[in-house]
Amino acid sequence: MLAAIRDKAEAGKRLDRAEGLWLLTEAPLLELGSLAQDARFRRIPEKRVTFVIDSNPNYTNVCITDCQFCAFYRKPGDPEAWTLTVEEVMAKVEFAAQRGATTVLLQGGHNPALPLDYYLDLVSETRRRFPAVTPHFFTASEICTMAEVSGKSVPEILAALKAAGQRTLPGGGAEILSERVRKRIEPKKGGPRAWLDVHREAHRQGFKSTATMMYGHVETAEDVLDHLDSIRDLQDEHGGFTAFVPWSFKPGNTLLEKWIKQYKGPNAYLRMLAVSRLYLDNFPHVQASWFSEGKRTGQVALHWGADDFGGTLFEENVHAAADYVNKTTVDEVVALIREAGFTPAQRTTTYEILKAH
Amino acid sequence: MSLVLTASPLLRDRRLLAVWEKVQAGRRLSREDGLLLFETEDLHGLGRMADIAKSRLHGEHVFFVLNRYINPTNVCVLSCSFCDFARKKGEDGAFENSIEDVLGMIKPGTREAHIVGGHHPDWPFEYYERMVEAIHAARPETQIKAFTAAEIDFFWRRWKIEPREALTRLKKAGLHSMPGGGAEVFSPRLQKLLKYTGKADAARWLEIHGIAHELGIKTNATMLYGHVETMAERVDHLLRLREQQDKSGGFITFIPLAYQVGTTRLVPRQTPPTDDLRTIAASRLLLDNFPHIEAYWVMIGEETASVALHFGASDVNGTLEDEKIAHMALAESPAGLATEQILRLIRDAGKIPVERDALYNVVKVWN
Repeated sequence: MLAAIRDKAEAGKRLDRAEGLWLLTEAPLLELGSLAQDARFRRIPEKRVTFVIDSNPNYTNVCITDCQFCAFYRKPGDPEAWTLTVEEVMAKVEFAAQRGATTVLLQGGHNPALPLDYYLDLVSETRRRFPAVTPHFFTASEICTMAEVSGKSVPEILAALKAAGQRTLPGGGAEILSERVRKRIEPKKGGPRAWLDVHREAHRQGFKSTATMMYGHVETAEDVLDHLDSIRDLQDEHGGFTAFVPWSFKPGNTLLEKWIKQYKGPNAYLRMLAVSRLYLDNFPHVQASWFSEGKRTGQVALHWGADDFGGTLFEENVHAAADYVNKTTVDEVVALIREAGFTPAQRTTTYEILKAH
Repeated sequence: MSLVLTASPLLRDRRLLAVWEKVQAGRRLSREDGLLLFETEDLHGLGRMADIAKSRLHGEHVFFVLNRYINPTNVCVLSCSFCDFARKKGEDGAFENSIEDVLGMIKPGTREAHIVGGHHPDWPFEYYERMVEAIHAARPETQIKAFTAAEIDFFWRRWKIEPREALTRLKKAGLHSMPGGGAEVFSPRLQKLLKYTGKADAARWLEIHGIAHELGIKTNATMLYGHVETMAERVDHLLRLREQQDKSGGFITFIPLAYQVGTTRLVPRQTPPTDDLRTIAASRLLLDNFPHIEAYWVMIGEETASVALHFGASDVNGTLEDEKIAHMALAESPAGLATEQILRLIRDAGKIPVERDALYNVVKVWN
């Protein structure tokens, strides 16, 4: 099987589901890593690993969707619930911009009290005040929330966001794109179609987006393959995905914690990255998330098919963040990439190289 | 087995083919081969060869022990440049444990007590002898792995007790095995540079392990890497261990120790995980006469230790309750792991955990 997969990958032929299943469940981890590196270097011959200077603030933790894997949200009226004003969000964007961020990934809960204009203002004000920052705002399910509260369609919402200045969409909220899994862990968020339809429409309108996957809870290998098949098929339609970003579910303080005590470890992560690099033959980039899997595993992951190291992810809590910490964070990302044997390069939200280090 | 041996490791660096032929044939690797292993960019090919060599010896088994880490004292006459643990007598943070203190640290059921400490200027050899005796009497089920060759050498330097006598007496008192610390890097250049000339040098360290082996005391070996040593110095260190093992045969496990930057800061940052994986794999391939190579999670972190189980490591040490030396050098790992966490670290790599005692007798296979 290994030799057959290697030959197919080398010939640029697409892997089928049976091959995907074998890679996910049986392939020896080091051979898998070796094949993934070959695929990565065929796509990007240089020993370059990109990263983005970014920040990941949130505008509200109010959410009515009650996902079982989420420790962040609070129900409306909860004493710990909060929602920021546009000005408060702008202060966070300014914090990031002052530290050299080119991307602000803004997301939040599904708060029915927020009108569409709030979201549009966030985009247009970011564009107006911070031209160096790309507003990488709102995941698919937030777009759906905007459609519901405003009575408009998803295409209309995306067009309005585009008119306000938005060009990219973050890929969160995909979790596992399988009916069975979503019914179990996020029954109120809609099936795989909801996420896929938003990204399809976004790509059709010229947006770029990423695709994510949160694994390590109730999914099977078949569910993972459903996920990979869905995003590979969608990518064939418009080519709007820039990168695939998998990470492991963290059970702390979630409803799922009762059943799933531990997150999947580094071996599972390396396998997931390598399989995705081989299987998602039409994705330009695969990202190693040092943030979710740990810096050292992130470094190892650069040898398992990933060509991007994600973002610097400046502190969400601006009040606790000191300039010193942020500065060393950029330096550290550069050092981590270099130590792993690669040349660091700062990129934009859409993966254009800004500066080689 | 035959399947494993015929499996091709998919070597991206073609220079490794000659090494692979030797590994397949069970032939010994040369110094040049060793240098290549530390130089090649083909991390997967290197790891796969080491994994095959490991599987030949132990299949899918990975060993661990329920152990307690004990430092009788951190008072030390030496001032090694890489050490955050040692204190001078009376200095802030210095500690000196009584035998009662030490006994209190060992819970019933502890399989192995790992005992190492500073070179205390005043404690007589008899104190250590009584300590071993007392532990053995109080906890006969606990095997005692105590005192590095550097400490045994210090008993000679300070009290003129020959290593053979010291080890004979300690064995009689209840010593089961010796840890592998104090080897640092077998390099006269580094010995001077990092100020460890005042302790057993390479020849003396190896001599003491040879004596222990003659007396039927099994021992471990280590190498402190990831500071200012060269790759050639690493290879030479490994080859000297291999040579000693040919002569005396009593080494069980080789433990590469990743230097912790701590406050000694010989280098600005800890060596990356790829270097840990490389070092473990190269050690597995070069030390063909060592039963085990260890992924010491305290130094390299649990995640890298788990991945290292695909790079030739067949041991993860143990629960290591209350580890101090690495943690006083600000190691990020927890000071001790629950059995459950050790099992997860091994199982996450798809391997079978095997609980062992200090002498590698199998206590339980955790299927």
